[in-house]
Amino acid sequence: MSSKAFQRTYTRLEAITKATVTLHAQGVSNDELATVAGRLAQVVKIKGDLITLQVFAGTEGIPTNAEVLFHGEPPTLEVSEELSGRFFNAYGDPIDGGPKVEGERRQIGGPSVNPYKRKQPSQLIPTGIAGIDLNNTLVSGQKIPFFADPDQPYNAVMAQVALRADVDKIILGGMGLSNDDYLYFRHEFESAGALNKIISFVNTTDQPPVERLLIPDMALTAAEYFAVDKNEKVLVLLTDMTLYADALSIVSNRMDQIPSKDSMPGSLYSDLAKIYEKAVQLPSGGSITIIAVTTLNDGDITHAIPDNTGYITEGQLYLRADTDTGKVIIDPFRSLSRLKQLVQGKQTREDHSQVMNASVRLYADAQNAKTKLENGFDLSDYDRRCLEYAKAYAIEILSIDVNIGLTEMLDTCWKLFARYFSQSETGIKQAMIDKYWPAA
Amino acid sequence: MKATGIVTGIISNLVTVRFEGDVAQNEICHIDLGGTKMMAEVIKVSGRNAFVQVYESTRGLRQGDKVEFDGHMLEVQLGPGLLSSSYDGLQNNLATMEDVFLKRGEYTAPLDHDKIWHFTPIAKPGDTVYAADWLGEVKEGWLPHKIMVPFSFKDEYTLKSIAPEGDYKIDDTMAVLTDPQGEEHKVTMVQKWPVKVAVGGYVEKPRPYRIMETGVRCMDTLNPIAEGGTGFIPGPFGCGKTVLQHAIAKQGDAEVIVMAACGERANEVVEIFAEFPELIDPHTGRHLMERTTIICNTSNMPVAAREASVYTAMTICEYYRAMGMKALLLADSTSRWAQALREMSNRMEELPGADAFPVDLSAIISNFYARAGIVKLRNGQTGAVTFIGTVSPAGGNLKEPVTESTKKAARCFYSLAQARADKKRYPAVDPIDSYSKYLEYPEVVEYLKERVGKDWVEKVNRAKNLIRRGKEIAEQINILGDDGVPISYHEQFWKSELIDFVILQQDAFDPIDSLCPMDRQEYMLSLVLKVCDVPFEFDDYEQCAAKYKEIINILRQMNYSEFKSDKFNQYLEQLNTLLNHEQ
Repeated sequence: MSSKAFQRTYTRLEAITKATVTLHAQGVSNDELATVAGRLAQVVKIKGDLITLQVFAGTEGIPTNAEVLFHGEPPTLEVSEELSGRFFNAYGDPIDGGPKVEGERRQIGGPSVNPYKRKQPSQLIPTGIAGIDLNNTLVSGQKIPFFADPDQPYNAVMAQVALRADVDKIILGGMGLSNDDYLYFRHEFESAGALNKIISFVNTTDQPPVERLLIPDMALTAAEYFAVDKNEKVLVLLTDMTLYADALSIVSNRMDQIPSKDSMPGSLYSDLAKIYEKAVQLPSGGSITIIAVTTLNDGDITHAIPDNTGYITEGQLYLRADTDTGKVIIDPFRSLSRLKQLVQGKQTREDHSQVMNASVRLYADAQNAKTKLENGFDLSDYDRRCLEYAKAYAIEILSIDVNIGLTEMLDTCWKLFARYFSQSETGIKQAMIDKYWPAA
Repeated sequence: MKATGIVTGIISNLVTVRFEGDVAQNEICHIDLGGTKMMAEVIKVSGRNAFVQVYESTRGLRQGDKVEFDGHMLEVQLGPGLLSSSYDGLQNNLATMEDVFLKRGEYTAPLDHDKIWHFTPIAKPGDTVYAADWLGEVKEGWLPHKIMVPFSFKDEYTLKSIAPEGDYKIDDTMAVLTDPQGEEHKVTMVQKWPVKVAVGGYVEKPRPYRIMETGVRCMDTLNPIAEGGTGFIPGPFGCGKTVLQHAIAKQGDAEVIVMAACGERANEVVEIFAEFPELIDPHTGRHLMERTTIICNTSNMPVAAREASVYTAMTICEYYRAMGMKALLLADSTSRWAQALREMSNRMEELPGADAFPVDLSAIISNFYARAGIVKLRNGQTGAVTFIGTVSPAGGNLKEPVTESTKKAARCFYSLAQARADKKRYPAVDPIDSYSKYLEYPEVVEYLKERVGKDWVEKVNRAKNLIRRGKEIAEQINILGDDGVPISYHEQFWKSELIDFVILQQDAFDPIDSLCPMDRQEYMLSLVLKVCDVPFEFDDYEQCAAKYKEIINILRQMNYSEFKSDKFNQYLEQLNTLLNHEQ
């Protein structure tokens, strides 16, 4: 982000808050970038000739006579094939010691795709994890977050999903990543030998929080370059969107906006939607799929951040530690992929949705039996069979360490049904039972 | 003389304009950003400053940029060609935009001005006509699209001349009217109307008295919505709001359907774009798209246009209602619209109400719901706008301002329960919390008796009681244990499960089960209640559960089979054998 000639320079700040500065200036445009005492800032409010700038790195130590330079354009990223395999900070500058990327300058946070021109997502993204592929099938062009407590291995699962998924490019947007997690991703990508198809934009916890606001737009601008210009299948990983939303609330608070629920800005829904809706299946064949992480506070999904996210994304995935088997599983009750029916039974075997529904229903019956057991009631024969089934189902299907193909997942379920239940107890359409029920 | 002005302040999409001349509240203006004209609406005036909400991104806008006011409010164009079109919230035709990305300041014509329509006159020269009276008609798909005296014509007019039957374009003069002062007015096939004003032109708005069938059992059977009625579907995310709305859109017994995707996911709209042209309307056998207009302002499209989108959709429905048609408006989701209001109110630094929503939220919502209804036209015909909105309560908590305000305005309440969704019992409409106030209307009850069956209402009430009783018993069993209650309790519990599995649950993705016509609903409910009357003898509760599961399984297979087909009858026989065996 180099400076250009004929920039207008100002040296008198009227107001300074923790995240913003205000000054008198002429001819400034909305969203334009500026440098305040060497730090990047963006115009967020214009009132007459009084301009408010959001300083990404924070305003610590900025004096009232700080030099302010206006750049005349919003933040940009230079895009080209050279982005591949590189690591960048929130401003798009390399942090891996490599040279600056040369390419076409594009404004980040660009316009939306005309919904009429979108194509319906229809390509299965297999991950090998049965809790995802069988129960919550992912589709290209989908956007889906992991809802996870901070102690759960969400980054590891996400890296696993990314590396197994059949895509052309993986773009990591790391917001408030701990340095350890950053190094973990780097190591995983390198040791998988997949570095050449990965691009990372990283803001770590030791960097200023407001900088994070640039990360998703940077990552998605790169994603649009590969998906739109190069017709590639792009997978974007965003972790952790809760920290992104926290940064939003810091800025809106400094601008004296009235907070809505959970002290989040009233525009939180639109702000998040602008990011997630970049997920798209393009008519040309390229696609952007977004897998994000939203960390929860003690599993509370009614908090404004996961709540608004849930209304935007096409489902959500929950991780849960299953105490009966000691495995980390994909929770089959609360997890949901809204696009699964676009591929289930179409790109997968015809019995997919029936098997999925029956297996989850029986797992729910097992939960009821468990409650009964905990309350000290006698179990029926059916209850006992359900409990047995639930254990096998958790180990052979739900556990995140399962890595099998879809047909094998379906066959495993039929095997489990036959082992523990009668045909009518599964409630599956008779035609499917006739075809797939394992011979005794 | 139209007013002009210059930009003096910008916060996100709220722009302050210092103007010369006179401007009106809600007047539309265009801001010139280096040749790109961006549309905006006046939402507040203070001295010589107008606060306008811009329907586009304000990136790059500068202080001093020029503004021109248009002299009218946000209007839509009404005329043949609305159906099967896809618009954004401002009625720009999305299909005729060329680029994959939405370009700022690109506005496309809502109607095709070159298309030929075959016109047949209805009125005769010399007739006295008023606003909304029918002058003639063209065939739009299979629907008779009436060409009317424009709604904005306030006087009594004499029809001076009318075009003879033939082929015309929408801008051709179809009729000439003479007002009492002797002045002549030309009428084309297109008229404009400000979206925030309700369309009038009818004689009276009676109480709804007919049922609008949706093919969804948990609605039609238990809590039917009236034609011209209002209903809303609140529910946490993941409970199937959108699937339910799409099901209603596919099957609803209406001639015109307008779907407003208001601040929701783009892929859901794409699903409509992809599926509807393929689907056949079960009532007429024609393509669904031919009776559908989609207003699409997804969550990533500009926030201000989101607010406009529901009004645009409602105005189009009212237009078809004036033609004597049954229109159905589905808006998903009205919470996003309310949030758009909140964002603007916040930027204008108004004193906030609950959860930072504007204080007049409740009034805005009830005004909007009040635009629905069945109307009697001047020529004795009736037309209706039925409105079903979804609400996305924050955190799934129904005690939040949008849900509470909507509850006051809407007559039907379809509460989606997280607990049901978790158990994959779809549609997750809670049978106990949900209600339809129309069941309290004597005229609706009369209608149901005539349309469905003499004892229908009693049957429905009986089913409801069984469900309620089943729920109470389930709680007792949870506390006391399976052995702690008599077997008769288990029987009662399983009767409610029977109704739940066979009547309430419905597979929206199964080609047969997804659509259940009223006669089939009547048949199945009667059958289920007949089963409930069978006096079983059980030795223990496990036997009871096993027997009911068997029955449920057979009845579900019936739901999956073509009504009264051989397969269906086989299952019925199987059921009868099983029941006779008991008696």
